[in-house]
Amino acid sequence: MDDLLAARSQMAMSLAFHIIFAAIGIAMPLLMIVAEWKWLRTKDDVYLTLAQRWAKGTAILFAVGAVSGTVLSFELGLLWPGFMGYAGSIIGMPFSLEGFAFFTEAIFLGIYLYGWKRVPPRAHLFAGAMVAVSGALSGIFVVIANAWMNAPTGFRLENGQLVDIDPIRAMLNPAAFPQTLHMTLAAYAATGFVVAGIHAFMLRRDANNRFHRAALAIALLVGGVSAILQPLSGDLLAKTVAKTQPVKLAAFEGQFQTEKGAPFRIGGVPDESAGVTRYAIEVPYALSILAYGDPHAEVKGLNDFPADVRPPVAIVHVAFQIMVACGVVMMLVALWAAWRWLRGRRNNSWLDSKWFLRTLIAAAPLGFIAIETGWVVTEVGRQPWIIYGVMRTSEAVTPMPGLVVPFITFTVLYIFLAVVTVWLLLRQVAASPKEPEPHAQETRVAA
Amino acid sequence: MPLETIIAGVMVASLVLYALLGGADYGGGVWDLFAFGRRAREQRALIAEAISPVWEANHVWLILVIVILFTAFPPAFAAIATALHIPITLLLIGIVLRGTAFTFRTYDVQRDDVQRRWSLVFSIASIITPILLGTTLGAIASGTIRVENGFVTSGFFSSWLAPFPLAVGFFALALFAFLAAVYLTVEAEQRVRNEGRRRVTVEAEQPVMSEGKPRVMVEADGGELQEDFRLRALVAAVVVGFLALTVFVLAKTGAPTVRAGISRTWWALGLHSFTAIFATGAFGTLWTRRYRVARVCAAAQVTLILLGWAFAQFPHLVEPNITITSAAAPQITLQLLLAALAAGAILLFPSYYYLFRIFKAE
Repeated sequence: MDDLLAARSQMAMSLAFHIIFAAIGIAMPLLMIVAEWKWLRTKDDVYLTLAQRWAKGTAILFAVGAVSGTVLSFELGLLWPGFMGYAGSIIGMPFSLEGFAFFTEAIFLGIYLYGWKRVPPRAHLFAGAMVAVSGALSGIFVVIANAWMNAPTGFRLENGQLVDIDPIRAMLNPAAFPQTLHMTLAAYAATGFVVAGIHAFMLRRDANNRFHRAALAIALLVGGVSAILQPLSGDLLAKTVAKTQPVKLAAFEGQFQTEKGAPFRIGGVPDESAGVTRYAIEVPYALSILAYGDPHAEVKGLNDFPADVRPPVAIVHVAFQIMVACGVVMMLVALWAAWRWLRGRRNNSWLDSKWFLRTLIAAAPLGFIAIETGWVVTEVGRQPWIIYGVMRTSEAVTPMPGLVVPFITFTVLYIFLAVVTVWLLLRQVAASPKEPEPHAQETRVAA
Repeated sequence: MPLETIIAGVMVASLVLYALLGGADYGGGVWDLFAFGRRAREQRALIAEAISPVWEANHVWLILVIVILFTAFPPAFAAIATALHIPITLLLIGIVLRGTAFTFRTYDVQRDDVQRRWSLVFSIASIITPILLGTTLGAIASGTIRVENGFVTSGFFSSWLAPFPLAVGFFALALFAFLAAVYLTVEAEQRVRNEGRRRVTVEAEQPVMSEGKPRVMVEADGGELQEDFRLRALVAAVVVGFLALTVFVLAKTGAPTVRAGISRTWWALGLHSFTAIFATGAFGTLWTRRYRVARVCAAAQVTLILLGWAFAQFPHLVEPNITITSAAAPQITLQLLLAALAAGAILLFPSYYYLFRIFKAE
């Protein structure tokens, strides 16, 4: 493994690991405050138990997310000093704002997790809301920085250097809004579906448990609404990619020939040496419509780009297909859930279906599969650039030799953390209440 | 004052706050390892209670330092991250293990052997991480990192694998442990107050082998805990003094420019006098059991040590090549960053105050 590949692998592994915790860190506080708000409204202790149970899981996940995020902020320099030295002054702004958002998140999470008995209920709910808002903002700022790497704006290039930089215009780059919207919705959808799947699994064993029914309803509300909106944001993002990174769009679709009225391909195996995508189901004109809103619009194919600016097509195409497929299934499941809820909410029978619960269990991991493959699409799809059209990834990498060593070290460390985290969460789930606990317990260290 | 100097000042201030707050959390881990005697379990519980609600917030000061560094001084960040790749990578592993082991311990089975295993990871990571942090800072101050045309030419080992940076590493560890012990005397005092000097019964620490046998019950109260940490603070203070002297001696060859700064400038005498006053004050008030005053003195002492280093190194970000001015980002970035820092501070300080009032109120 050469050093560039090791550096890319370490960055990809660190991001793939962190993003799970980051997404949960964005969405779980929202689920918790909805539950807590319902408790304040109804005084039904089932909701308090729920908020506290979810808070325990969140505490574990947040700690792993906080430290793996710290690793990433250092890795920007450890692995890509060329990039940070070159672009730090323009890309640093969203990271600085993220720093404060993360600060707010950590402070109020401390209050939320350990302050059940120390602050009044409304102040506690307020702390939860601060965590939810600042968590979402943290994610948004980081994705803005990534969007700039895809659609860099706010500078002039002079002799290869960035001059006349404008960090605000850089933050307002064309990819910023669609990418942040797409990622934020993804975080809510993916987390909502996982939580719904877990509680559906518990309901299969204990059908009338009010605790799991309440949990499932809140998780599906947040996850389902997001899943239904997500294809719209995906469409917006694809249109932006068509404009700002046409070669990436061509890779999404395995589109080798430039053509008018290009089809949308479902499945298919791109053959880069032959320059064709085989075995795909082609929906006529659909790509031209989706990308440009015109059935006869011309979509530029990969063959019209020099070989040294094309991303690895097969990986990007397959990852894109998986992401879209997961998103479509999630939307359909969410629509089914909405339909069941509308029909069965009066007699509270909407969860009394074996097949519905089974579907929710099966759909639980889809959101996170979509998030991971989605990041493969956006990151691998940007290659060979680290800053699209401006700086190549190979120019940014550290001169440090032997990068395979930290790559393996962090991989082993993260596998260990993943195993322990899953084990601890399973303990929490297994210990879930048969019936709501009579009194609220303080979620705190056994001192 | 030029903007870049102000921002460098904010960066130093964040680093000081990280040492005073985050540093003490690492120090807590040190005392977790050295918890012994019949109140060992109680000592660990007090440490965990003190750290739990705040460590994640305290940790963000370090992230703020890094973010300011790479936004305002990108070439300096690139040079540091390249030349010190190895100690920083090890530092990160320490940060990851410290934070996760501490959280895992809280939520894992409350059984002695399981708890002890996580305690061990948590406390060893709490010892290694400050040493690596100090080593990194020591290497930056040493003047051995050479950068030419944006390329580091001084290799990946020699700048940090040397007596001076390593001594700074141990010095940082001692300072953090000292701060933690002093703070914990006050935390124990609050416990005394909360419990109205009632004796609390706790389960005594058991060796792994005796799992399942009847537990020995012991009693401990806040007053006794306070004495435990007072003793630790006094020992740590002596170690801090010894290591400070070691670092100063090693600096003669290990970091000549910084050494010149802290021995031959007009402000050096004043700095040393005040540091000495606070160090003596911390020791004296610990001796006479005036813990709140001791806490203020200890914090002031650590602040002055860090400020002394920062002034001695000024205007260099990385000795001897990279200065605040040579590494500064364009003015527009500095202006926006300063505005963001100011706005962030308006949001941050009241929130932080609120957090500490809830959990550390007296």
